[in-house]
Amino acid sequence: RAKEKERKKERDRKRRRNVARRASSARKEGKELEDRPGREERRGRKKRDKEGKGKGGEDERQEEVKNDTVAKTLKNFSNENTRKLEQKEIEVVGEEDGDTEEKRKNGRSEKGGKREDNGRGETVEKKQKKKRVETSAEHESSEEEEDEEEKVGEEKPEVLSPEELEKLKEEVDERKKLISTLRGKPWPMRKKLLTLRESHEFVEKYEGALGKGKSRKLYAYKVMMLKKWMKFQRDFENFKTACVPWEMKIKEIESHFGSSVASYFIFLRWMYGINMILFGLTFGLVMVPEALMGRPYGSMPRKTVPRADEANAMDFAVLWDFGGYAQYSVLFYGYYNSQRAIGWLKFRMPLSYFLVGVGTVAYSYMVVIRTMARNANEDGGGDNNSFNFSWKMFTSWDYLIGNPETADNKFASITTSFKEAILEEQESRKDDNIHLTRFLRVLANFLVLCCLAGSGYLIYFVVRRSQKFALEGLESHSWWERNEVNMVMSLLGMFCPMLFDVISALENYHPRIALQWQLGRIFALFLGNLYTFIIALMDEINLKREEEEVLKLNMTIWEASLYNGTLGVNSTAPPITVHPADIPRGPCWETMVGQEFVRLIVSDTMTTYITLLIGDFLRAVLVRFLNYCWCWDLEAGFPSYSEFDVSGNVLGLIFNQGMIWMGAFYAPCLPALNVLRLHVSMYLQCWAVMCCNVPQERVFKASGSNNFYMAMLLVILFLSTLPAIYTIVTIPPSFDCGPFSGKSRMFDVIQETLESDFPAWFGKVFSYASNPGLVLPFLLLMVLAIYYLQSTSKSYKQANLELKKKLQTQNEENKKKTKMAALKAAMDLEEAQKAWSEAPRQQRNNNASQQSYTGEKNTVTGHLVSSFVFVWYLKI
Amino acid sequence: MGTTASQLRKDLLSEYQELTFLTKREIILAHKRFSELLSKEDRNVPTPRVPMEKVLSLPELKSNPFRKRISHVFSTSDMKDGSLTFEDFLDLLSAFSDSATLEIKSHYAFRIFDFDDDGTLDGGDLEKLVNCLTGETDDTRLTTEEMRQLISNILEESDIDKDGTVNLSEFQHVISRSPDFVSSFKIVL
Repeated sequence: RAKEKERKKERDRKRRRNVARRASSARKEGKELEDRPGREERRGRKKRDKEGKGKGGEDERQEEVKNDTVAKTLKNFSNENTRKLEQKEIEVVGEEDGDTEEKRKNGRSEKGGKREDNGRGETVEKKQKKKRVETSAEHESSEEEEDEEEKVGEEKPEVLSPEELEKLKEEVDERKKLISTLRGKPWPMRKKLLTLRESHEFVEKYEGALGKGKSRKLYAYKVMMLKKWMKFQRDFENFKTACVPWEMKIKEIESHFGSSVASYFIFLRWMYGINMILFGLTFGLVMVPEALMGRPYGSMPRKTVPRADEANAMDFAVLWDFGGYAQYSVLFYGYYNSQRAIGWLKFRMPLSYFLVGVGTVAYSYMVVIRTMARNANEDGGGDNNSFNFSWKMFTSWDYLIGNPETADNKFASITTSFKEAILEEQESRKDDNIHLTRFLRVLANFLVLCCLAGSGYLIYFVVRRSQKFALEGLESHSWWERNEVNMVMSLLGMFCPMLFDVISALENYHPRIALQWQLGRIFALFLGNLYTFIIALMDEINLKREEEEVLKLNMTIWEASLYNGTLGVNSTAPPITVHPADIPRGPCWETMVGQEFVRLIVSDTMTTYITLLIGDFLRAVLVRFLNYCWCWDLEAGFPSYSEFDVSGNVLGLIFNQGMIWMGAFYAPCLPALNVLRLHVSMYLQCWAVMCCNVPQERVFKASGSNNFYMAMLLVILFLSTLPAIYTIVTIPPSFDCGPFSGKSRMFDVIQETLESDFPAWFGKVFSYASNPGLVLPFLLLMVLAIYYLQSTSKSYKQANLELKKKLQTQNEENKKKTKMAALKAAMDLEEAQKAWSEAPRQQRNNNASQQSYTGEKNTVTGHLVSSFVFVWYLKI
Repeated sequence: MGTTASQLRKDLLSEYQELTFLTKREIILAHKRFSELLSKEDRNVPTPRVPMEKVLSLPELKSNPFRKRISHVFSTSDMKDGSLTFEDFLDLLSAFSDSATLEIKSHYAFRIFDFDDDGTLDGGDLEKLVNCLTGETDDTRLTTEEMRQLISNILEESDIDKDGTVNLSEFQHVISRSPDFVSSFKIVL
């Protein structure tokens, strides 16, 4: 009796231990489950195949090949047993993740479990068994007792002790977790489906049992709401993906041309989104309020077309140049009134105008930097060389390629990249004629510099000439002379890159490096052109301001003469009303700047579309149809079809965006125009790519260049806000047009608002906060913070390196251990072979030890790898 | 699923959504495409299978050098003929979908590259892999010397425990650091 008591005690203890172990194994289970099913399923399939052959050695799918030989022989024994067990397996298809050996061990309890079909249901039973399967490998010595233990535990009916309740709760939670992670498991669908259904059933059945009375109802309600919420989330997710525009179009292109061409369209879509938001800001907060609540057209000089231009203000040619009625509308800066608050809403128009201008830039900065940071996170940063070959091997195929032509190109490019890599590995390339190459490279750079300087001078020259034309009056000149600036800029942008391409053939660079040089040169060209344009514009602004000074003087004379004329007749006559169109007015340089940018955008857009139509479409048509009656093969030979130039197009897009940022302050209509342009571009280019372009010969990867483009966008953003901010801060606004007329500087509007719209103390606080004594320390603090972050990131990098070293040494140790263990296992195996006929049980033990050993090794490697990756993320 | 060829049962659809990385729209599209592949007499079978040749004729797979491997890996057929049921097809699309995790993608990539199904990538697997990547024509093929060099380089880099083969965790470790694996391991219908 005493003995029995003791045994009972021991049993209790063990059960408690069991519970604890289960909790811990629950965590492990997720990991292990992922490894096993693949093996399992494969074995299931192959087992049936090889049944007749009797030699099923190879069919074991083990992670460790070290022990391959051992495993093979072991399998020979186990296979016979597994075959016997197959029928049982089919019965419990849903639970087939236990290894067959383990299953055999549990065979007994399984039968027992079926018999005692008490209230707790089979699912629990199975579940617990499954868990025990996890642990059995490690604790196989106590296996027998545990089996009995479980049975005892099972037999206790409905009475749920708090301990068991806890256990049940844990299980339910675990099931739920399983459901949510099921899609991430590499199992076949049938199995996933069964597991899902079973888990759902289980959760539904036992969720209610967890609470008592009132709380049970509450719990059920909570569960129901949770389910509804999940469904809603899923629907919302579906809805969200359905809302992403052009998804199908882009995917179609992706499947034809690979990911690099698609990356351009994704970039285009991203730009479109940003411009949509900019457009919303300017349209909703500036243009619409002024149009609805501001003074109507014709009420004041700045809102009326002057008398001299009235005759042809509606002509198409004038409107196309954004003159006439277009100039005196909400599209441009000059139309806006300086009235502090407009309409019944007391909308603060000038303030809103200023804040939208600042907000546009701030938002763009935020978005670009955030995207860059995210990309950098995904990239994982440096350390690019450690897996050079493996990446080339394992990740170079683009599975999206669905076009045989692209596939052929890809084959060729992969082969060359392999060969290059091997060559580089074998020897650092020897250049026999290094002097010639050097000379050629210097020459090429010299030529490019000449091109750049020439194009810069050309633009400057043209802009100055156009100013002269403008002074003489535009009507006397031809169309070309009026549009010279824009046309020259567009043409330069079109032909210079081709020239650079030819020049770069001299240099004999590796194609990737050549591409970077090419991109850098085009970038420099565009930037140079843009800045020459701006400098020329600055000259013009100064001219206009001189003009304005003269006009101001004339204005007083004009007014005086007006009053003098009337005074002579009758001193009490009502003040004379002059039609606003007749009042003389200043040149309004802000509107002029806005107009220039708008014209530039329009002509740029036109050239892009026309090049697309002629260069791509017409060429494709000619090549296709003239090919039937031509002396050589046009499709394969000289003209052939054009390729889609990803980098050039991206650069074009980036510069276009730069112009938008620069000009948006003076022409609120620019974002709207750009949205339109991008929208048309999307359709037109999609169509052009699909119908008349051939895949690139060298298929580049998309991901590496993403951040490169983003960095360029950031540089452009900075460079384009620079002149805009300079003009805003240093040049006083025109006296008779725009929302800031009458102020000495544009940003005075902030001061004014602070003084009149906020309580006095606020203004005081603000003036204190903006005094240099406070601002300077704040700046210093920021610099210090940056320095601190920099140094911490450096130290993380160091730690990362050290961990890497540790990983390597660990691996070496591991290797040694593996060898030892393999030896030991081989010895065990020999013993097992001897003892096989009389004692099948011993063999089972061996198997189990094998299992536990491989499992351990697996987890060690996995753990190391995961910790390494974790630290990597920390660093970022 | 089998009763009407063009219609998916609603509860099944929601279960599929829960079990794959696909959206509702994609599943319906997949079902449509799958039904098109089926021959007339197959449609009345409860769980119809599409033979491998037909699967490989899909334009999305047609020019993929690993198409046979992909079909084999995702097939649950007992005959090992690479034929797919609709559920296998969904598994395939899910693993290759946009939102699938790196883990599942790398798992399947490993199995696709494991040509002899022995659980590790050994020299033979790597050689076959290189041949797949460089195409069938002779002018793009590597010489034996180049091949040997390449394979030894790869093993040097990614065979962390130096046992002469690349196992799953080593493979996943290498792949997880690659910048463009996730973006290129994709197939869309």
